[in-house]
Amino acid sequence: MSATREIISTGNDLAAIAAVDAGCQFFAGYPITPSSEIMHTISDLLPAAGGTAIQMEDEIGSVAAAIGAGMSGVRTMTATSGPGISLKAENLGLAQMAEVPLVVVNVMRGGPSTGLPTRVSQGDVRQAKNPSHGDYRSITLCAGNLAECYTEVVRAFNLADRFMQPVFVLTDETIGHMHGKADIPTVEAVQAGIVPRKRFEGAPEEYRPYECGPTDAAVLNPMFEGYRYHFTGLHHDAKGFPTEEIETCRKLIQRLEDKVMAHRDEIELNEEFMMDDLTGEEGEVLIIAYGSVSLAAKEAIRHLRKDGIKAGLFRPITLWPSPAETIKKHTDKIKNVLCVELNIRQYTEEVERVSGRLDIEGLYKVNGRAISPYEIVNKVKEVF
Amino acid sequence: MAFNYDQYLRLEKMPTLWCWGCGDGVVLKSFIRAVNKLGLSQDEICVVSGIGCSGRFSSYLDFNTVHTTHGRTVAFATGIKLANPSKTVVCVAGDGDALAIGGNHTIHGCRRNIDITLIVIQNFIYGLTNSQTSPTTPQGMWTVSQKAGNIDPTFDGCKLAIAAGASFVGRENVTAPKKLEKLFVEAIKHRGFSYVEAMSNCHINFGRKNKMQSAMENLDWIDSITMPKKKYDELSPEEQLNLLPTGILKQDMEVREYCDMYEDIKAVHQGKRGVITQADFKKKI
Repeated sequence: MSATREIISTGNDLAAIAAVDAGCQFFAGYPITPSSEIMHTISDLLPAAGGTAIQMEDEIGSVAAAIGAGMSGVRTMTATSGPGISLKAENLGLAQMAEVPLVVVNVMRGGPSTGLPTRVSQGDVRQAKNPSHGDYRSITLCAGNLAECYTEVVRAFNLADRFMQPVFVLTDETIGHMHGKADIPTVEAVQAGIVPRKRFEGAPEEYRPYECGPTDAAVLNPMFEGYRYHFTGLHHDAKGFPTEEIETCRKLIQRLEDKVMAHRDEIELNEEFMMDDLTGEEGEVLIIAYGSVSLAAKEAIRHLRKDGIKAGLFRPITLWPSPAETIKKHTDKIKNVLCVELNIRQYTEEVERVSGRLDIEGLYKVNGRAISPYEIVNKVKEVF
Repeated sequence: MAFNYDQYLRLEKMPTLWCWGCGDGVVLKSFIRAVNKLGLSQDEICVVSGIGCSGRFSSYLDFNTVHTTHGRTVAFATGIKLANPSKTVVCVAGDGDALAIGGNHTIHGCRRNIDITLIVIQNFIYGLTNSQTSPTTPQGMWTVSQKAGNIDPTFDGCKLAIAAGASFVGRENVTAPKKLEKLFVEAIKHRGFSYVEAMSNCHINFGRKNKMQSAMENLDWIDSITMPKKKYDELSPEEQLNLLPTGILKQDMEVREYCDMYEDIKAVHQGKRGVITQADFKKKI
């Protein structure tokens, strides 16, 4: 995606535009602050492009309709905020189990419960890892600026078709409603990068949608093309039919785990900002932040460097599965590590787990307001 | 010559998980005959089911089939239909599935009048989970969750569907499989939302504590509380009180189907027509 174009837009509008450019044919949503603008915009763009956008009767219905369209073979998306994800959770589990590709944009607001509908938060990071019951691996991307509201939605569609499962794109109220300039790939570049889901081309009687290698995703052909099979949320066999056969059940769930974890290199994406000159010397500071918070962190780092403190930012763009080895490599080298989040320790706990360190410092803000660069600067000076 | 169901069944899934004497098999066979009569190709149909005994319906049929979560059949089907407006989409749900946990989707499927046929296998009970009260359990009946007798008022799904705007509403008993087949034919043929109730027995979990321990006793009771619409309409409100009408209860050919209306939305956004206004609709409020 080398060719770019300049666009002035909002994060929510960019997510909608990205979906249509990436070949999304179906959207179902339900009004919820602060994500509604995605539905507003896509309900104009999709019918113009020959697709369909529908406002369903509730959050559950909207994810169900989106999954239904995905089952039939088209690229499909829904968008919501935390309370909506809570309601959609059960059906997201069905999409994991039946291996239905779907993009879910979550414009995060304050929680739990109704929380702070019009305020910013990153409180759904942990929820995105396991929104539904049972074992599966969530793929969760997190946009850190306007342009990524576009590029991460495009990437989510390709990953959903590659891994045959829902892919989350987390943004937040700040970035969703931010209005400004973004350099985004051209439509031609996006279309050239589309990797459609795999298809089985053999004889229908030989088709086994869920019969695949231990780290492969299911190969689900579109409906109505002669390959008749069965979708179910129950444990199922190679043709999709319910089974309780011990080995089949074990292999299925293990495969849902391994199809993602064995191919993390295809999913991992990070930004390393001003980290080139961090060599592990005494006094260096590594800030770990993601999403809109990273914008404040970058500004803070510029100030810290002016004050003579060598600081850099590690920003995971793929939050789940976490870039475990990459984080460990950095936290092994740099002693002073500060996680900055608009929640309480939701990703810090992952950094602690993968680094094997319990001395990770944190700056957490849960009052619905964005973190300012100076709060980060002051925290660094206070703890290190 | 007897009808051969083999072509439409996933024979390797036989026998079904349904209990001996269950009416669900009658619904399944009547549906297959209706599909055959309509000359529909198995590749052109998608059958969507939910959770409960009726949830297994889809897995026995050699069509494009989907077994969804509890109550969400119509919502999943709405996505399938809108993405594939030329295909036939049929939902199968139980009374708990369609009228309790999935009530909202049923209402709004009816309201949109999207071209989906919803078959509700109505057996007055949550059968699969061992006889808990359903929205259609008659008052005074025994259920495992109301052993002192059910006090929850009972619910007429057909009346709901009519009020919510379904353009085709019908009801038949599994004791009349030919009529059921005919009703399915009409429902699937109808372009718009078709709500069809198939009154069925659950002598195992509904009947056993309600003095209907055999399939026949349960079916006789269903016959005793139902009556063809024409006869029913001649009765006084008092005489109608404990009876349910059967046959086609509503068919409105005038009201437009949702996918067809969505084509207007596409036309607006593609610059082929002006915006849709109230002048486009006969019924305005």
